[in-house]
Amino acid sequence: MESQNLPWIILLLPLFCAASILLFTRRSGNISALIATGCSLISLLLGVALLRLPDGVHVAAFPWLNMGSNVVVEIGFQIDQLSRGMMLVVTAIGAAVHVFSLAYMKDDDGKARYFAGLSFFMFSMTGIVFANNFVMMFVFWELVGFSSYVLIGHWFEKDSAADAAKKAFLTNRIGDFGFMIGILLVWGLTKSIYFTAIATAVVDEQILNGVSNGLLMAMVLCVFCGAIGKSAQLPLHVWLPDAMEGPTPVSALIHAATMVAAGVYMLARIAFLIPMSAGAGEVIAWIGAITALMAALMALQQNDIKRILAYSTLSQLGYMVMAVGINAADAAMFHLFTHAFFKALLFLGSGAVIYACHHEQDIWKMGGLAKKMPITFVTFVIGTAALMGLPFVTSGFFSKEAILGAALHGHKALFVVAAFIVLLTAFYMTRLIVVVFLGEDRSEKAKKAKEVPVLMWVPLVLLAVPSVIAGYEFFYKGMALSPAFPHHEGPASIGLIVISAVLLIFGIGMAFWGYKGETSEPMAGNRLARVFGNKFYVDEAYTWLIKIFQDGLAGVANFVDKVVVDGLVARLPAAGALRLGDAMRRLQSGNLQSYGFLFALGAVLVIYLVVFK
Amino acid sequence: MEVTLNHFLFVSGLLFAIGLAGVLVRRNVIVIFMCLELMLSAANLSLVAFSRYNVTPGGDADYNAQVFLFFIITVAAAEVAVGLAIIVALYRAKQTTDITQINSMKN
Repeated sequence: MESQNLPWIILLLPLFCAASILLFTRRSGNISALIATGCSLISLLLGVALLRLPDGVHVAAFPWLNMGSNVVVEIGFQIDQLSRGMMLVVTAIGAAVHVFSLAYMKDDDGKARYFAGLSFFMFSMTGIVFANNFVMMFVFWELVGFSSYVLIGHWFEKDSAADAAKKAFLTNRIGDFGFMIGILLVWGLTKSIYFTAIATAVVDEQILNGVSNGLLMAMVLCVFCGAIGKSAQLPLHVWLPDAMEGPTPVSALIHAATMVAAGVYMLARIAFLIPMSAGAGEVIAWIGAITALMAALMALQQNDIKRILAYSTLSQLGYMVMAVGINAADAAMFHLFTHAFFKALLFLGSGAVIYACHHEQDIWKMGGLAKKMPITFVTFVIGTAALMGLPFVTSGFFSKEAILGAALHGHKALFVVAAFIVLLTAFYMTRLIVVVFLGEDRSEKAKKAKEVPVLMWVPLVLLAVPSVIAGYEFFYKGMALSPAFPHHEGPASIGLIVISAVLLIFGIGMAFWGYKGETSEPMAGNRLARVFGNKFYVDEAYTWLIKIFQDGLAGVANFVDKVVVDGLVARLPAAGALRLGDAMRRLQSGNLQSYGFLFALGAVLVIYLVVFK
Repeated sequence: MEVTLNHFLFVSGLLFAIGLAGVLVRRNVIVIFMCLELMLSAANLSLVAFSRYNVTPGGDADYNAQVFLFFIITVAAAEVAVGLAIIVALYRAKQTTDITQINSMKN
């Protein structure tokens, strides 16, 4: 096998798998599940093998759209540190999620459909990661949105799932529209859609030097719009929590580790464009920071285990976007890399809990699960520690310190926000652990819970390993990702570690003190807590806004219909014809003398015209 | 006062106008018929006048118009015969000679 064909195989294997499930084995859920899982494991091996492929290796591209005058859109591959690392994340977590799904979706009626969807998602995501040009990336960007739609709406008999799928798709469309405009702007300004060509034109040839800053800012922010939609940044974050209606392994794969990170990945791909415009980075950083802050606040008062994790994902994505905004794209990618592992671990852990509690998702109906599900508990705690960034022993610590360090050097105000989020993260995750795993069981379902089957806890254990070690340098050496893959071992400074450690202890301590032994939300009556619990009323505001727009538009349409269409187009000509007919009818009186009079009048007129004119 | 062509034409026009007015305003069919005859006579009068005043290079009057005039009188006589017959038939059918009552051309 030629190693140059490796990317093609990684790309097409899941597509082949999805197609064969849909075409041949649709009837049999078990065979479909085995095919898909087998493919995902092969993909993982190939993804590891891909690490050995050198930078910029030439992979035969397929000329997909030939538009003449040297514009050819390829299905092409860009193999570098960024895509290799991302591919490893996608295939590794994809494999873990497939294995986990074997058990989690064991008795589901739509099993074949589910695994076909997963495979199709893997195909689309691979396309985004490998894309060497904007158009190809956009195509796969949309395919990812489609597979996300299919998988969120897997249980489409439930209205909430169908609605959530629709919401996710439509919200993403808004962002994607901006993305498309951004792509066209980049294309227009740099005369290319290929990332390497754009980089050469922008960085080496300084092609953007004469362009006004307003246009550049519009270009960067429009491209960023795509990331706002896909990575669920403010103000388009509303779809991600609702997307939790999908099966939990889907949430782990798509809505925590890979697809939502695609926005950050895309920004990292074009990171060289951001500093071209003064101010655009600032906007991006603040949107990321505010998203991170608001999502962390919302997470404080959620009672659904998956929603807490969803808001936590939002918050961490905000971190990454903020890092991209302050020109620390490598720190963002590093955090993306570690976050993917521990957030997938947390989601699969929550899936295990939900499975054990017979699809109960309310944390207040759980409790005391630590003794009944020791493996899940331990791995969940590892994931939580990584998410909080427990110093020195977790991967999350290194990546978070990298971002905090970049913020400290770049932007003091952003650093304060980011540090405050460390406290909030520690608080809500400790709350989650205390309420779900400690204390006494608070419902029948929790009482009967027992450890999940081996197919479910093995992925948890396997994901727990990189959650711990993915921050250390030896990990990257082993993965042949060093030294170019962005990672920072050594934290920025001792002061930084002290600050985050203090915040961490403070957050954990407060949550322990506040929630130990509680059987219901102690802050339920608090007005501020209610605002957090209701997600700052953003959904309500959107509903209100849409209602106003819709009513206004309906009013205008009504006016146009009633006045213009009914009145001017329909009624006026009808009335005119009626009147004219009436007048004509009066002329035909049957009275000989009036005919004679008209005749005489006509004759006089003719004479007048002939003689006197 | 010398009588010129204009005097004849004026009288002819007056006759024609009176006839037309009669046709348009009177209600009795027979009177309308008589007014029609009046209009024909007006036309005849102007023909005669033109004939009298249109002198040929030899010094004679142009008699073409007078020949034309006799044709008109002949046709008018025939028309009167047909017209009166129609009026009689009409009267028999409708028991009236009032033109406003006879509006079967309507609808």
